[in-house]
Amino acid sequence: MTPAVIDDTTLYAVLAPFAAAVVAPFLTRLLKHNAAWPLALVPALIFLHFVGFIEPVSRGETFVAAKAWAPSYGINFSVYVDGLSTLFGLLISGIGTFIILYAGGYLKGHPQQGRFFSFLFMFMGAMLGLVLGNNLISLFIFWELTSITSFLLIGFDHLRAASRRAAIQALVVTGGGGLALLAGFILIISATGEIEMSVLLGSPDIIKDSGLYLPIFLLVLGGAFTKSAQFPFHFWLPNAMEAPTPVSAYLHSATMVKAGVYMLMRMHPLLGDTVLWTTVLPLFGGVTLLVGTILAVRQTDLKLMLAYTTVASLGLLVMLTGTSHEKALEGAVLYLLAHSLFKGALFMVAGTIDHEAGTRDVTKLGGLRKAMPVTFVAACLAALSMAGLPPFIGFIAKEVLYYGTSNIGDLGQLGVIITIVAVIGNALMLVIAAAVAMKPFFGPKVDTPKQAHEGPVLLIAGPVVLSVIGIILGLIAHTTGILFVGPTLSSLLGEFKQIDLHLIPTEPTPVILSFTTVGLGIALFTQLDKLRDFTASVLKAIGWGPDQGFDQFVSGIVRFATWLTRLLQTGKMQTYMLLTFFFTALAVLLPGYLTNSFPAMPKLPEYRFYEWGILLIAVLGLFAILVARTRLTAIVSLGVQGFAVALIFMMFGAPDLSFTQFMVETLSVVILALVMTRLNLSPRDHRTVPARLLAGVVAVAVGLGLGLTLLSITQQPFDSTLSVFFTEFSRSIAHGRNIVNVILVDFRGFDTLGEIAVVVLAGLCVLALIRVRTKPDTVLDPPPERTGQSQNAEAR
Amino acid sequence: MRTVIFRTIAPYLAALMVLFSIFVLLRGHNEPGGGFIGGLIAASALAIFGIACGVASVRRAIVFHPMGISGFGLFIGALAGVVSFFRGQAFMTSQWLIFDFFDVEVALSTPLVFDIGVYLVVVGAIGSIALALEERESD
Repeated sequence: MTPAVIDDTTLYAVLAPFAAAVVAPFLTRLLKHNAAWPLALVPALIFLHFVGFIEPVSRGETFVAAKAWAPSYGINFSVYVDGLSTLFGLLISGIGTFIILYAGGYLKGHPQQGRFFSFLFMFMGAMLGLVLGNNLISLFIFWELTSITSFLLIGFDHLRAASRRAAIQALVVTGGGGLALLAGFILIISATGEIEMSVLLGSPDIIKDSGLYLPIFLLVLGGAFTKSAQFPFHFWLPNAMEAPTPVSAYLHSATMVKAGVYMLMRMHPLLGDTVLWTTVLPLFGGVTLLVGTILAVRQTDLKLMLAYTTVASLGLLVMLTGTSHEKALEGAVLYLLAHSLFKGALFMVAGTIDHEAGTRDVTKLGGLRKAMPVTFVAACLAALSMAGLPPFIGFIAKEVLYYGTSNIGDLGQLGVIITIVAVIGNALMLVIAAAVAMKPFFGPKVDTPKQAHEGPVLLIAGPVVLSVIGIILGLIAHTTGILFVGPTLSSLLGEFKQIDLHLIPTEPTPVILSFTTVGLGIALFTQLDKLRDFTASVLKAIGWGPDQGFDQFVSGIVRFATWLTRLLQTGKMQTYMLLTFFFTALAVLLPGYLTNSFPAMPKLPEYRFYEWGILLIAVLGLFAILVARTRLTAIVSLGVQGFAVALIFMMFGAPDLSFTQFMVETLSVVILALVMTRLNLSPRDHRTVPARLLAGVVAVAVGLGLGLTLLSITQQPFDSTLSVFFTEFSRSIAHGRNIVNVILVDFRGFDTLGEIAVVVLAGLCVLALIRVRTKPDTVLDPPPERTGQSQNAEAR
Repeated sequence: MRTVIFRTIAPYLAALMVLFSIFVLLRGHNEPGGGFIGGLIAASALAIFGIACGVASVRRAIVFHPMGISGFGLFIGALAGVVSFFRGQAFMTSQWLIFDFFDVEVALSTPLVFDIGVYLVVVGAIGSIALALEERESD
């Protein structure tokens, strides 16, 4: 079905959060934390906009809208609205609304709260652009933008080293994966000639038939697996918990980490249902599920427990998407929806507990149910959904996915293995859900660092609403199926499907599997402490993980760079110069020698006496360099030769060039002389005679080579197209009579812009080099902090 | 180098050179000159002033850090290219504003702004290097 073209409102919906990001700091300065209320209107309105799509999309309609961006490269800012993107759009804007409110309460009084809102909104816009992206290139840009905003948010508390490390780690892993994705997209574009996702989806076999399927598959996987924290790239996600809790709830559970899953789901019609797909994805997804749940059991920090179950859930989603089985995919969609709701809520609960009780270590929490009744209820509702108990949406998700995995006929043994992995994973998930929801609230009251009491409305609105939606969606299962799950599943399958969901299970197998899961989960929960000690000791025995691997990788790169630099940069200026000039000589002389095309000796014109005079000055200058006793004399003599050349330019009608040459020569002499005195070089040249001879030979070769090259250039027929053009148009187009200047600032101004940028950079580098040699105590104009430090050091 | 004559005359010389550099900069579009050469002249003025009267007095005289001047030059150079966007033209398309001011034709243009940017970049960068190198001598 061809997508219908709609107006630009959806494009503005994507851009609206960026506008909010600009306004947020000012509004926060004005209204303090209450700025959250008006700011939350932005995502709320976006949410309402997407609500309008629910009904037509559930009838199988799709929509596109586009604005030209760089049309000469086929790059547009375009959106594609179908079941999958509507679901994601609703989740991002809906959960986003409550996250903004929550951030208002959580960071109340924080001096940088405005900046925090700003980052959150930028992320929101990037994420919307990603899930709605139709044009592959603009989709990629939003993809990278989510990595960058995630970096900013994880590193928000930038004074702590752990935050900075986690931020850089997340950026390196997800950004690196992003580059793989870009390569994959470029391959798709070159293999198919199409750049719009909606067009690609119109002919599903286009990539599979192109012969580039394997590299495209691997590269897209590289992007998706890093973003969605699949083993062995999972380590950045738990570390990202350094971010303030609103970020963990929003980016690192409900939305951003799902971008990888989104990409796999989006690409499923194009890349899915091949042997490769149904082998690789379930394998990595399954391993991630088990690793994630096992690591979660070990933790005692509420946020880390939730973070590892997020890793596990992402593994489950990838595993299910990898089966390419209709029912299992339906389970994946349901689980995606359920997970976003309960995990977002649970993270906010964990943050509220942390905020009100002062700790989020489960072993130090207990008996909070009386002090925080609303949070307690929200936590229970979300945890029950996570545990997969009726009548929550999580229960239906689990029923459907069990039905799917246990019915994968054509995968044979693999279906059984996937089902077993899913059961174990879900049982462990139940353990964590129980631990998170029960431990802090039940049992005797434990003394916490702060006197715990119920959080303010801003903090509890999110968890309550999200967890209640979790139960409502479960109760109206049939409608949920028609409005949300069916359309999304249609996107995954590439054909319109309507599904019929029931809260009451009709098949026997999933019910049995569910009972097994719950039984296993409860059994494991009673042994939680033993389980925790056991996994801790196993992990200690292994002693190495990808997290350390990342550090080793980074330090390895640094060491390699140092080694390579040492190899290439000996630090001896003379060696650099000699090598540079040697190869210059080779480059200008060798082609002439090989092709035997040295220029003919030109006929010397009749020189006038003053022309001879200038030539004589130049030669005298050169001679003076050779016989100079001190280096300073040599430098000045070089200037003499340069001035002579400037005079020659002047005589042959190039005043601009000559002018510049004069100045450059003057400044070169001044700066070289200054460098000499600055570096405390000995006034004389102490090189040995052979070294001097070698340098002399190379110098003569370069001079000869350049001279010959110039001669052969002047002996070519002169193409005057450019000169004619410039002479003709310099006055009429550019209003200038000085052609040289007009070329520099107008006709080729873009080149000049690049050149002056180089000049600025070179200036900065030279300045840095000079500063390096200066000892701190002789810095003339030291920054104030530094003075303070050195004074302190002296005082000690 | 610090003879009385040189020290006395250097400020005037430097001032004249800066004035001349601005003249060279502004005439550049029609006569020999332009931002680059003008910048070089002004940079040598700073260098001479620095040799004669010490770097500290140069730094005081130019108020801003020379690298800051250089960066500002790059900024307005790039900004001059953006103006054309507002008329829907490509980056760096030149825009001209020609009007009569007391019967004298005045031509203001984005290439002129760009050339001033080039001038500032060169003054800043070269001046900054020269001053940094001279600094050791004065202490």
